[in-house]
Amino acid sequence: MPDKPDRNAIEVVNVSKIFGSGEGQVAALDTVSVSIRENEFFTLLGPSGCGKTTLLRLIAGFDFPTAGEILLYGQDIAPLPPFKRPVNTVFQSYALFPHMTVADNIGFGLEMLGKPKAEIKARVAEMLKLVKMEALAGRRTSQISGGQQQRVALARALAPQPKVLLLDEPLSALDYKLRKEMQIELKRLQHETGITFIFVTHDQEEALTMSDRIAVMSSGKILQVGSPWDIYDKPAERFVADFIGESNFLTAAITGMGNGKARATFKSGATIEATVAEGFQPKDNATVVVRPEHARLTKGKGDLSGTVENIVYFGTDTHIHVHLDSGEAFTVRQQNTRSAGCGFERGDKVGISIGNDAAQVLKD
Amino acid sequence: MATAEEVAKAAERRDVRDRWLLSAPALLVIFLAATGPLLIVLVYSFLTPGAYGDVKWQFSPEAWLSVFMERDIFDDTLSLAGAHVTIFWRSIKLAVVTTLATLALGFPTAYFMATRSEKTRDLWLFLITIPFWTNLLIRTFAVLQIIRNEGIINTILLKLGIVSAPVQILYTDTAILIGMAYVYLPLMVLPVYASMEKLDFRLVEAGYDLYATRFKVLRKIIFPLVKPGVIAGSILVFIPALGAYVTPSVLGGGKNMMLSNLIELQFGQGRNWPLGSALSITVMIIVMVALLAYVRNAGKSGVRHG
Repeated sequence: MPDKPDRNAIEVVNVSKIFGSGEGQVAALDTVSVSIRENEFFTLLGPSGCGKTTLLRLIAGFDFPTAGEILLYGQDIAPLPPFKRPVNTVFQSYALFPHMTVADNIGFGLEMLGKPKAEIKARVAEMLKLVKMEALAGRRTSQISGGQQQRVALARALAPQPKVLLLDEPLSALDYKLRKEMQIELKRLQHETGITFIFVTHDQEEALTMSDRIAVMSSGKILQVGSPWDIYDKPAERFVADFIGESNFLTAAITGMGNGKARATFKSGATIEATVAEGFQPKDNATVVVRPEHARLTKGKGDLSGTVENIVYFGTDTHIHVHLDSGEAFTVRQQNTRSAGCGFERGDKVGISIGNDAAQVLKD
Repeated sequence: MATAEEVAKAAERRDVRDRWLLSAPALLVIFLAATGPLLIVLVYSFLTPGAYGDVKWQFSPEAWLSVFMERDIFDDTLSLAGAHVTIFWRSIKLAVVTTLATLALGFPTAYFMATRSEKTRDLWLFLITIPFWTNLLIRTFAVLQIIRNEGIINTILLKLGIVSAPVQILYTDTAILIGMAYVYLPLMVLPVYASMEKLDFRLVEAGYDLYATRFKVLRKIIFPLVKPGVIAGSILVFIPALGAYVTPSVLGGGKNMMLSNLIELQFGQGRNWPLGSALSITVMIIVMVALLAYVRNAGKSGVRHG
């Protein structure tokens, strides 16, 4: 979003985290650097074990980095214990205090900060209203549903007005419908409170729909940081393209470059124009990625040619799997209409045309 | 022909009868071994002491009167009775202090154990139970060996030149407390550990995250959640500590009489079985009051976690 101020709330500088020692040591984070802007909804996305939760725990202060700095508005907070950091966490398991009421849970942080009783009361009321839980203020946390616990966990973390809110896969325990609801709710809360959110998830769809920016992580490294649009349409690496959405990977020779664009020539001789990932080093055989919905299937000759292998109907669209003459596989996603089938049958000889702004050359 | 309802009722009756029959041996043992002797003690406390021990079957409230009250009769055994309140107080005080001492030592121990990895936890648990394998008397004498004037502590202190003469620990209240704390520590550690093990340590993290210092987390989160274990441990320590006999006698040198010594005296030299019985029941009442307080407290907090 262009209207975001360009101030960094969190700066992670060359942070490494190594667990264990000697033979058994594992680098959960390997010299990671990333800047998170103020008032941003920032998502750490990656498969389990990629280090996203470790990074979050380092920012929260539950673990300390083996090397590197974590700056909060310019101040290094890496050596501080969690209770000295103006950062709050929404835990995956919610971690609500079972011996306290909903209201006491929400007020806990403020109480620990030594705020006057009247202020705590007012703030708790405000928070209860924000998450629409006024009616259940006096309940024990064991007496409310999962979705309600989620709201209480959010209210509890937001009540002390942290500079940054950390969310560790907070929606993973909810069922699909509730999760959709909470996604919208989270966006609303972020907008209303103006607090920087750092959100950890392994769900790419969740990341795409909610984030201002996404960092894709794998094996302790950040592979790419960018807007959802950037990440989806201009993946830098194969892992990113593969992890997010569906992709067709094609091998092509780069026959010309300039202006951030490249000419990619396939074995068949067909040439298309493609955007180039940052950091791409010219080489003979580059990988070009094309999203299934950015290619079109034609009866005649296209940029690529092949045989229809399989047709899968999905309701909103149809996936047509094509076996290319070059031996590679290619999937085209075609929007459905009510009137007729997709217009192709298994075994058809087809062409695939790739639009002008549909392909990206990966850096690996 | 019997209706289905009748058949069901008959089956239920049979079921109930079978259950009584099957549990009869257990009930018999419980009655004879636990309730029976208690009833005898209760009956004896209302009888008249016999001349050479035993009892005369003649009702008398005398024993109950002399539990706390002193009656001015010229009788050399009864002259002790004036100290009853002091003895009760001393025993209760020792039991309370022992409970607090075992809690102070046992709580961190249990926390330490619960925060170890699953494998090492079992090892620690095993180590904690080792003292149970040894006879109480032997354990007490082991403590005696350590703290006596020629014992390990004094030898080391003398060798290091920290003291010039042995420190008198043995036969003091400190000695009794050291012994009691040592003997009863496992009884505190085990229930506290059981609660602590169920504690969700993510709650501790949540506490730190919400600006609670380590002490506040302990007081506001850990302690309330392991309270059932603390209460259970306290009861388990308090009850036997109140009637402790061996440890105070051996380590205290019998200088200060405890409740257990007083009761023993009535059945021995005192030849006042009714008074001994009345004193025993009084101890039981104190314990019951403590138990009731526990049940109440546990019911009130009603926290279930884990």
